[in-house]
Amino acid sequence: MPLLEIDKDKCLGCGNCIDVCPFGALTLEGDIVVVNEKCTGCGACLEACPVAALRLPANKPVKAENLTEYRGVWVWIEQFHGQMCDIAAEILGQGRKLADLRQTILTACVLGYNVEHITKKAISFGADRVFWVDDPSLAVYRTAPYAETLIRLARLHKPEIFLLGASSRGRDLAGSVATDLYTGLTADCTGLDIDPEKGILIQTRPAFGGNIMAMIICPDHRPQMATVRHRVFEMPPADPEHQGDVITVVPSLTEEQISTRVTDFIQELDKINLADARIIVAGGRGVGGADGFEPLQKLAQVLGGAVGSSRSAVDAGWISYAHQIGQTGRTVRPDLYIACGISGAIQHLAGMKTSRIIVAINKNADAPIFDVANYGIVGDLFQIVPALTQQFKQKMQK
Amino acid sequence: MNIIVCIKQVPGTAVVKINPADNTLIREDVPNIINPFDMYAIEEGLRLREKFGGKITAISMGPPQAVNALKEAVGMGVDEAILVTDRAFAGSDSWATAYTLSLVIKMIGPFDIILCGKQAIDGDTGQVGPGLARQLGITQLTYIFKIQKLDPSAKTIIVERLLEEGHEIVEGKLPALLTVVKDINQPRLSSLANLRRSGKQKIRMVVASDLIGVDMARLGLNGSPTKVIKIFSPPKRDGILDMIHADTNEKAAAILADKIIAEKIL
Repeated sequence: MPLLEIDKDKCLGCGNCIDVCPFGALTLEGDIVVVNEKCTGCGACLEACPVAALRLPANKPVKAENLTEYRGVWVWIEQFHGQMCDIAAEILGQGRKLADLRQTILTACVLGYNVEHITKKAISFGADRVFWVDDPSLAVYRTAPYAETLIRLARLHKPEIFLLGASSRGRDLAGSVATDLYTGLTADCTGLDIDPEKGILIQTRPAFGGNIMAMIICPDHRPQMATVRHRVFEMPPADPEHQGDVITVVPSLTEEQISTRVTDFIQELDKINLADARIIVAGGRGVGGADGFEPLQKLAQVLGGAVGSSRSAVDAGWISYAHQIGQTGRTVRPDLYIACGISGAIQHLAGMKTSRIIVAINKNADAPIFDVANYGIVGDLFQIVPALTQQFKQKMQK
Repeated sequence: MNIIVCIKQVPGTAVVKINPADNTLIREDVPNIINPFDMYAIEEGLRLREKFGGKITAISMGPPQAVNALKEAVGMGVDEAILVTDRAFAGSDSWATAYTLSLVIKMIGPFDIILCGKQAIDGDTGQVGPGLARQLGITQLTYIFKIQKLDPSAKTIIVERLLEEGHEIVEGKLPALLTVVKDINQPRLSSLANLRRSGKQKIRMVVASDLIGVDMARLGLNGSPTKVIKIFSPPKRDGILDMIHADTNEKAAAILADKIIAEKIL
């Protein structure tokens, strides 16, 4: 039986709720709306009803704790091979804004080995306080030692907001930490704001492959946790004058207590990874084969970008899965996305349509990629891409 | 070896779109499917069983119609299927889903490995796998695209894990939960024999009152820390397409290069 209750006396049969339901759970029967088994109780319809005829069972707070005990905004400072990741700076920038709105301090959690330089960097990007955990067991990210240490710190210091990057590592870690703390976690946010009246975090995220956006809150549990998508928030300028306290913390687990070992790392992509790439040159079925990616690689090289691909090129074995962009690959948000020989299936668009500038090069003038493109050329990519590479070489030297 | 595969039934790809004219959701009546990433999890389970023997149990939590996803999994070759369905579970977010699944798995008995897709294509969170590993207190290995080695007697596993920067080799102890990405295998089609079996197979139903040691306050909408307060259409892409025409490819490329340079993003 679905959770949603419909007040038949109030319902006008206007159908507003039917239009907003993402699950197709509402239908009109005569002049009254009825709900079926597809209802997940998501609540998307409640606001759409002009006469408040829709209701979900009242939510009883399950935690009796005093929420006001929780203060401060925390950011997990992701590092890879001892270097701070861009996403960490991006969320420090947004975390600073949230901390200012809440009139509280911004705390950075730096875990790693020989990463003192990252504590300084985190302060320059706005942190007022750093928890610095430096230990050989933390040199390479692993779930257990990172999660246990952050869980202990969060229980002790009670932050009200805790942000992590929505990277492979960040999502791995956040899911574990939030579960143990029994708190809400909103994945892959593209918007974070403070509700001016209630002071709570409003988290906006895409769902259904970016076809709809959802606003999510965590009213009765703390910390309010979110992972944040790459390149959504601008990297703040570093301020070397900004001051912060560094507090040394010991890890929660010893090496013997950890059930995993990372034995090797293989770099598959160029130095620029797709998530952080400002420029991506991507190829699809139109590149015709593994060799067809060569001109794209040359263009990417000249522009300092990374090479991506559509699903069909990966499935054909022309390029590895690590390059795949779209629903079953990565989601990217570069400043410039050059789609070469990509028709633009909806699954591909889901992974790149929030790119700032999209350029499409395709033989077929009716290809759907042109619907999301800012600039387009209809023609043979094997002629146009090398010509474009040549042009950039000449023009960018000037 | 005891293998558990967690699957989710999701709306078929591209069913939800926004009508730009009036900002409403358009739904084409496309049948529900097994979440594509979970198909790789099922296939990997089948391959492990082929190598090491044992039993595969597929679990799905969802409305009653999710039984079809489980029947499809049986059609692919899993041995047993459990549907976790109850009004008390409705409205579960990723926390409550992981909690509920963990209680079901504790009821099944000992297991060596749990396989999940890296995320579902409707919610796109990727949080239930890590949540489940944490609830069960087992090794968590996410974004796996290859199982290099598995030793059931030594209870060890070596996997390759996909990162933004490349991939890493991780050794871990069983029992472990793996979330898998697309690259790990190519899911098989159902065989005729398995399809016949799936028609007859009884799907076990688990409701809230079956769960041992359950805290009812942590189930479903009430037990979910997160609440959706609003759903809306994504911002439209601004600007319209500037289609570049020229006599030659060189001229077209030159115009395009100038326009991109003028955007000041290089």
